[in-house]
Amino acid sequence: MNALNIKRGSSSHSAYDLRDPNGDVIESHTLAVVVANESGVLARVIGLFSGRGYNIESLTVAEVDHEGHLSRITVVTRGTPAVIAQIKAQLERMVPVHEVHDLTSEGPAVQRELALFKVAGKGDARIEALRLAEIFRANVVDSTLESFVFEMTGTPEKIDAFADLMRPLGLREIARTGVAALSRGV
Amino acid sequence: MRQMTGARMVVQALKDQGVEVVFGYPGGAVLPIYDEIFQQNDIRHILVRHEQGAVHMAEGYARSTGKPGVALVTSGPGATNAVTGLTDALMDSIPIIVLSGQVPTFMLGTDGFQAADTVGITRPCTKMNWLVKDTARLSETIHQAFHVATHGRPGPVLVDIPKDVQFATATYVPREDSKISHYQPRVRGDAAQIAKLVELMETAERPIFYTGGGVVNSGRAASTLLRDLVRETDFPITSTLMGLGSYPASGKNWLGMLGMHGLYEANLAMHGCDLMINVGARFDDRITGRIKDFSPHSRKVHIDIDPSSINKVVHVDVGIVGDVGQVLEEVLRQWRARGSRTNREALPKWWSQIDQWRAVKCLSYKPSTKTIKPQYALERLEALTKGMDRYITTEVGQHQMWAAQFLGFEEPNRWMTSGGLGTMGYGLPASIGVQVAHPEALVINVAGEASWLMNMQEMGTAMQFRAPVKQFILNNERLGMVRQWQELLHGERYSHSWSESLPDFVKLAEAFGCKGVQVSDPADLDEAIMEMIRYDGPFIMDCRVEKHENCFPMIPSGKPHNEMLLGDADTAGAIGAKGAVLV
Repeated sequence: MNALNIKRGSSSHSAYDLRDPNGDVIESHTLAVVVANESGVLARVIGLFSGRGYNIESLTVAEVDHEGHLSRITVVTRGTPAVIAQIKAQLERMVPVHEVHDLTSEGPAVQRELALFKVAGKGDARIEALRLAEIFRANVVDSTLESFVFEMTGTPEKIDAFADLMRPLGLREIARTGVAALSRGV
Repeated sequence: MRQMTGARMVVQALKDQGVEVVFGYPGGAVLPIYDEIFQQNDIRHILVRHEQGAVHMAEGYARSTGKPGVALVTSGPGATNAVTGLTDALMDSIPIIVLSGQVPTFMLGTDGFQAADTVGITRPCTKMNWLVKDTARLSETIHQAFHVATHGRPGPVLVDIPKDVQFATATYVPREDSKISHYQPRVRGDAAQIAKLVELMETAERPIFYTGGGVVNSGRAASTLLRDLVRETDFPITSTLMGLGSYPASGKNWLGMLGMHGLYEANLAMHGCDLMINVGARFDDRITGRIKDFSPHSRKVHIDIDPSSINKVVHVDVGIVGDVGQVLEEVLRQWRARGSRTNREALPKWWSQIDQWRAVKCLSYKPSTKTIKPQYALERLEALTKGMDRYITTEVGQHQMWAAQFLGFEEPNRWMTSGGLGTMGYGLPASIGVQVAHPEALVINVAGEASWLMNMQEMGTAMQFRAPVKQFILNNERLGMVRQWQELLHGERYSHSWSESLPDFVKLAEAFGCKGVQVSDPADLDEAIMEMIRYDGPFIMDCRVEKHENCFPMIPSGKPHNEMLLGDADTAGAIGAKGAVLV
């Protein structure tokens, strides 16, 4: 044991091990919830969040295993470590829930979100929007003489940053899918 | 390959599941099922007077037998009337299966007559629910419903069955051929965590067992193991409202119930202990009082089948996820294997401290020869029914707390009360459910008159099915617990906490065709109780009690265990503004 109370040789050399489980620091966590693909399951999962007063920052859901009737819900939520642990435990005990992974605590994970941006403008603003889109590796998926629709995939932060840049350049609408996430490695 | 209609499948699946009795009420959307019930004799149907009654009866049946209870209701209002019972069963972890009729699938979503989004409405108050849109899926879904209700932490489930699904024909899937559910909660506790508990038990100076409804739910074996463990360790034991009877009230280590209206010795022992072993309880706010000051000097161990119960309210040092019975067996095995050691120097000191707390005699009350004190009524009920084959249900309020304090339970499954939800109107229908399961037993509903009136229509059910339930109504013409809080918290402004125009309960009994007796003189009480016990049929006792008696001891909301009120002299200014916002 060292001063930081991390076991020597432990694979979980993570700063999260040092957290006070009763601490009141609000953290954002990404949870992957594998559920039976039955009607009402999404409502049951969302009802847990609203009924117990937990936050949902982002939510995506789609079937991932047609044969096995499994869907994957990716939910980004905020709370103290104790609240996050409670959310995970509450999800795990639900009858249609097969697995729950806290991707934020369990190790490195990749997170991606897809967004569409409608930007309208003329002249310099239009050229600037296109130039910035190239820098952000956004694709043009629709264009008229007065508008573009950009498609971009990235972390939520990257999408936020691009949206901030587009706002003065004529941003009209944004559609975001919410976060999909997987742990890194096997 | 057996082809049959959905309606027949329902009855067949219930038979396969060993169901003997269904509590229900017919209506348009369940007529095909009722038609099947008419044509068989294996399953008994008890016709209730209101669907809430059906669900509470199923709860009483389940709680007193350890088997799941079944209720059958129609669509729309039938299903919405079941909501209170479902929520009650969810809060108290009672395994019940509610089958509801629904408008035909082609009318779903069109606001048809007696249509309601039943699975939507009942989703938050069931452990799981299903809308079955295909007859081919019906029998498996019902088997799955029984599996879910009775495995892991028990709870209520609902299967919503559209009328066309009941009429259509498909292949019946027997129980043994049903797909194995992925829902297989863990029941064996982690041996390493159990070892930590055993080590703590060996050295603890001031240990206490704090047990709850989980011991009852786990089954008879869990209570037996708990008794062995308490006897061999000689640790003191207290229990929540829901766990009464797991350890006998006559046992020498018994401290009585703990919590808001728990016994002084139980609460002080919880506050002062250095090792708290929570067995199947959930740190409810009625138990903990102010969390910050809850048992501040103890190591806490929590045994619970529901992982989300652990660290939900109180952070514990050792959490053990598993079935209480299985975990206790392993605790005993490990503890005995290591030499059955306890801290033999410290324990006698702990017991002498507890004996000092016991000497306070916190349940003392001022006796009267003029009026019947509610405590006295329960003392006499206890004395005159002790040793009988007795089951007790209650309504909710002061009478419920006095019943928990003054009646002694020697066995589990003998005490049915609405703990988590606090449902007034639970006790009468629950008593009928218990009586149906135990026709020869003495079943008494200890009630307040206000609660009792909430589901009094079920006296009709008791009469029709010859359930000789005894309604022991402590009538103070007040909503006693509300009145007590108004006295303590709201400047004695008794806003709407009394009932005028109460019925004459004796005449009411006669109107239902049973017997009623009113008693108001303490001298007549014993004879009235004996008459109630001897009467062959449902009986309503209108026991007129002291109107302004308060229920003590009491931990005011927002206070820790060591700040209990023991009597009226203690109450001035006892509850601060912070406590007043709590319920």
